[in-house]
Amino acid sequence: MPRALKEKKGERLLLLGNEAIARGALEAGLGFATTYPGTPASEIGDTLARSARETGIYFEYSVNEKVALELATAAALCGVRALVAMKHVGLNVAADAFMSTLYTGTRAGLVVVTADDPSMHSSQNEQDNRYYALLAGAPLLEPADPQEAYAMAKAAFPLSEELELPVLLRTTTRVSHSRAGVEVGPLPAPEDRKVKGRFHKDPFRFVIVPSVARPLHKLLLERLERAEARAEESPFNFVLGEGEELGIVTSGVSYSYVRDALEDLGVEGRVSVLKLGMSHPLPRKLVARFLGSVERALVVEELEPVLERSLRALAQELELKVKIYGKGTGGLSRLYEYDPDRVRSAIAEVLGLRDSEPEPVWTSPDRLPDRPPVLCPGCPHRASYYALKLALGAEFEKTIFATDIGCYTLGLLPPLAMADHLLCMGSSVGTAGGFSRASDQRVIAFIGDSTLFHAGIPAIVNAVHNRHKFLVVVLDNRTTAMTGLQPHPGLEFCATGPAPAVPIETLLQGCGVRHVHIVDPVDLQKATAVFEEALKESEEEVTAVISRHPCVLLSSGG
Amino acid sequence: MPERLKVYLIGVGGQGSLTAARLLGEAALRSGVEALVSEVHGMAQRGGIVETAVLLGGYRSPILGRGAADLLLAFEPLEALRALGPLKKVSPKGWVITNTHPIRPITVSLRLGRYPDLERAFAEVKGHVKQFLKLDATALAQEAGSPLALNMVMLGALSATELLPFPVAALEERIEAFAPRFAEVNLRAWRIGREAIARALAAPAAS
Repeated sequence: MPRALKEKKGERLLLLGNEAIARGALEAGLGFATTYPGTPASEIGDTLARSARETGIYFEYSVNEKVALELATAAALCGVRALVAMKHVGLNVAADAFMSTLYTGTRAGLVVVTADDPSMHSSQNEQDNRYYALLAGAPLLEPADPQEAYAMAKAAFPLSEELELPVLLRTTTRVSHSRAGVEVGPLPAPEDRKVKGRFHKDPFRFVIVPSVARPLHKLLLERLERAEARAEESPFNFVLGEGEELGIVTSGVSYSYVRDALEDLGVEGRVSVLKLGMSHPLPRKLVARFLGSVERALVVEELEPVLERSLRALAQELELKVKIYGKGTGGLSRLYEYDPDRVRSAIAEVLGLRDSEPEPVWTSPDRLPDRPPVLCPGCPHRASYYALKLALGAEFEKTIFATDIGCYTLGLLPPLAMADHLLCMGSSVGTAGGFSRASDQRVIAFIGDSTLFHAGIPAIVNAVHNRHKFLVVVLDNRTTAMTGLQPHPGLEFCATGPAPAVPIETLLQGCGVRHVHIVDPVDLQKATAVFEEALKESEEEVTAVISRHPCVLLSSGG
Repeated sequence: MPERLKVYLIGVGGQGSLTAARLLGEAALRSGVEALVSEVHGMAQRGGIVETAVLLGGYRSPILGRGAADLLLAFEPLEALRALGPLKKVSPKGWVITNTHPIRPITVSLRLGRYPDLERAFAEVKGHVKQFLKLDATALAQEAGSPLALNMVMLGALSATELLPFPVAALEERIEAFAPRFAEVNLRAWRIGREAIARALAAPAAS
């Protein structure tokens, strides 16, 4: 049992934001949880996985985020409180299903957690998933810290049930991966936790053919009106301070930076703060009252000017005279995560204060050498790359390497330098088809075992059927290593016990790949010979080499 | 005892700085002192830079602004210089404790960069911070019985500064409780680190 779950009511624990979300959900009576791991969301699923035995909840690492969301949706329709967690780009994968869940609505509470990654600490982009709340029409909760993450995860379930809509709970890296004191409440007894329900049929609500969908869109807008009324009175939306000179509107972790900045600048008495925790639908009356009570307003939000644009539109509609500042003030921009300095400089600028940049205490005469992450000592991916490099020989330079998402993306760096293109999960196989059709160059796709299951299979089917010619190297290290060694469908166990494995070799054969080789990359000579043969075959048709050796962290205990 | 402390920990993936940060936070919270610990996961296990901020005594921002750290706890000397220089993390009134044992990054092995001259750099840094303390924490961890106890040596070193806003015994208690199987080695490493810095502070040249 993880510590996040062990302690009793009223105790204060040093919890990671992600652990706090798991705890809050379990206290709310969570019965069903799914995820596909991805930084910075992974510890939500991992914590729930370790709690499954004692709490009795159903938990699984699903094959991808779309399937995970579909499962959770169905559970909630059976009357079981359900949560699905993913990183921000995971919601792109799940988006097709997500958009429809807002039309069909939910019965039991359904909470979709998206963990965004401003500054791209471990992601390919820094998209702002608050736009998904606007796009789909989802109520949105944005915690500022682990305590609030806990409280919002807990409150999201009854809110979802009241509105009959899934709720989007959006964190960012600095909320998910900060530890802070969290005061926890009681966990329900296992016998009081609802893990099975009953699905009551209502096909003209749940089968969204056009004639069903049309009235459902109207219903969604009505539900969003109710949601706005809830946002007006939500305890997560509140005003702090009484200063009239400047009103700051803020959400998420930016609120924490604002609070510290006001203290640093010593201007707490001159400023008031509107903190929006339930920020969509926008509580327009509350915002209008606040804008009417201050001389100037400053919007402090990371990434996109979502609140800022809403506030400007509202001010125009209500003909408010208040001057609104936002992106472009001080250090505030649409780029990267905020920090105490960027936020302080913006507040200082609006208040006409000086804010000086500190000098470094030491300046290096030469540029300090970088320290990029590298593949671990003993990593089997190194061996796979090296054997293939030997097999390619002089052809290395002319070969296009389409890579994918996992530890092996580090093959980008010299001296391996075996990555030329990457978009997203599964893109190696799809783009390899395009590269091979639109050029006469040799093309090799690298994809990990978990990533193949997640998003590679449709592209394999496509390559076979459309007679693309390239080599797929499945870097099969028997785990989802990058995110913390989670299991995947190729293994004989899942999060909670033994499970039937879906072998990659028969999967590929079933997709119509005729040449499927299996090799242990650590046997360098043999691996090189197999790659040489496979490279020849791939000149005629799509060919696969499964380069199989367990992740070195599996044997070292992680 | 001070009321607040902002610690910036920097090291290389695998050195245990995340664990050290967590233990600091837990010891503070158990002593009734508010604690915030921010981490960046993901690439850390793969030999990259690991940065952690520990903010004790009632701060809200989980990360440090420029020049904000009262104390730099550096697990690797090049990373100490990075924190002091380009990352601008340390206050001119701040303290520095650094391990002197280098871990050469791959860019140096590939001759894409040069490892700095530590003697010279440390001599330059010395006058620009309030207190500059160094120890070969890697060797001291070995001496304690395990290279994995490096983070305990560093926590011991930190504990000797009297900058912590909570009783040192609370941290020692966390170290003992956190991994019972390794408690003996960990506590030995903690004591060795603590003594090394206590000696350095007692020496007349220290200030």
